Amino acid sequence: MTAASMPRVRVPTSAKRGEVIEIRTLITHAMESGFRKDDAGRLVPRKILSKFTASFNGAVIFEADWHPAVAANPQQSFYFKARESGEFQFTWTDDDGSVYGTKAKLAVT
Amino acid sequence: MQPRSVKYTRRSALLAGFAAILAPRMAFADAAAVSAALKQLYADKPMAAGRIKLDLPAIAENGMSVPLAVSVDSPMSEQDHVKTLHVFADGNPLPVVASYRFTPACGRAAIAIRMRLAQSQTIICVAEMSDGSLFTAKAAVSVTVGGCSV
Repeated sequence: MTAASMPRVRVPTSAKRGEVIEIRTLITHAMESGFRKDDAGRLVPRKILSKFTASFNGAVIFEADWHPAVAANPQQSFYFKARESGEFQFTWTDDDGSVYGTKAKLAVT
Repeated sequence: MQPRSVKYTRRSALLAGFAAILAPRMAFADAAAVSAALKQLYADKPMAAGRIKLDLPAIAENGMSVPLAVSVDSPMSEQDHVKTLHVFADGNPLPVVASYRFTPACGRAAIAIRMRLAQSQTIICVAEMSDGSLFTAKAAVSVTVGGCSV
C-alpha cells in the first residue's frame, strides 16, 4: 500500500475580526474508488477517505462526506469567519477506520 | 534463468484486448439515479433554481482531476444560512460526489474540490437552507479522457 496519508493545510495565521478567510486543505491518499481493475482484471477494493471534519476551539464548523468521485490526494477548500483567536482541528477518516489530523492556530486582531 | 509464470505473447495480448472489448460495460448513473438520490433525501420537495454558482471548466481534458468550485448566496447568519450542499454527477458509476454541512461559523457557503469524472456529463448541486428551502443549479462538462476506471 501507499505511504501514510500526509495532511497539509493552508490557513492564515492572523485575521481581522469579522474577516472571512479561506482554508485550503490537502491530504495524500490514493482514494481507491472500488471501480478500478488491477492488471489481472480483478476489482481493486474501495479504500477512500470518506469524511472530513473541521473544528474551531472544539466546535464543528464544516463537514464533508466524500465519495469515490473525489480525486486522489483530495483537496478541499472552504471558508471561516474569524470571530476569536483559537485553534483549528482538521480530521480525515479512512474507510479502514484510520484517522488523520492536523491543527492550525489563528490569531484574531 | 527461472521460467516466467506468465508469458506475454502476441496471442495473450490480443486475447486481453478482445476481453476488454467484450467485458460488460460498467454501469453508470444517469439523471434518473440523481433524481432517485434526491428523492431519498428530500422526498418531492420543490426546488428553486438559483442562488448557487458552479464554477467548472466547460471542457475537462483529464477526467481524473476536474476542479469544481461551488458557492451559495447566503448571509450565513444564525437565522439564515446554508445547512447542506450536495454535489451529484449524473454520468459516474455513483451519482453522489460529495456532501457538505455548513455552519454560520463558515461566514461564506463555498467549497472547492477536485473530482473524477468518467465521461461527459452534468454536475448537479442542491443546497438546503436553514429554513428548509431547496435550491439547485447544474452545469455540463465535456470530458476528453474519462477518469472512471482509475
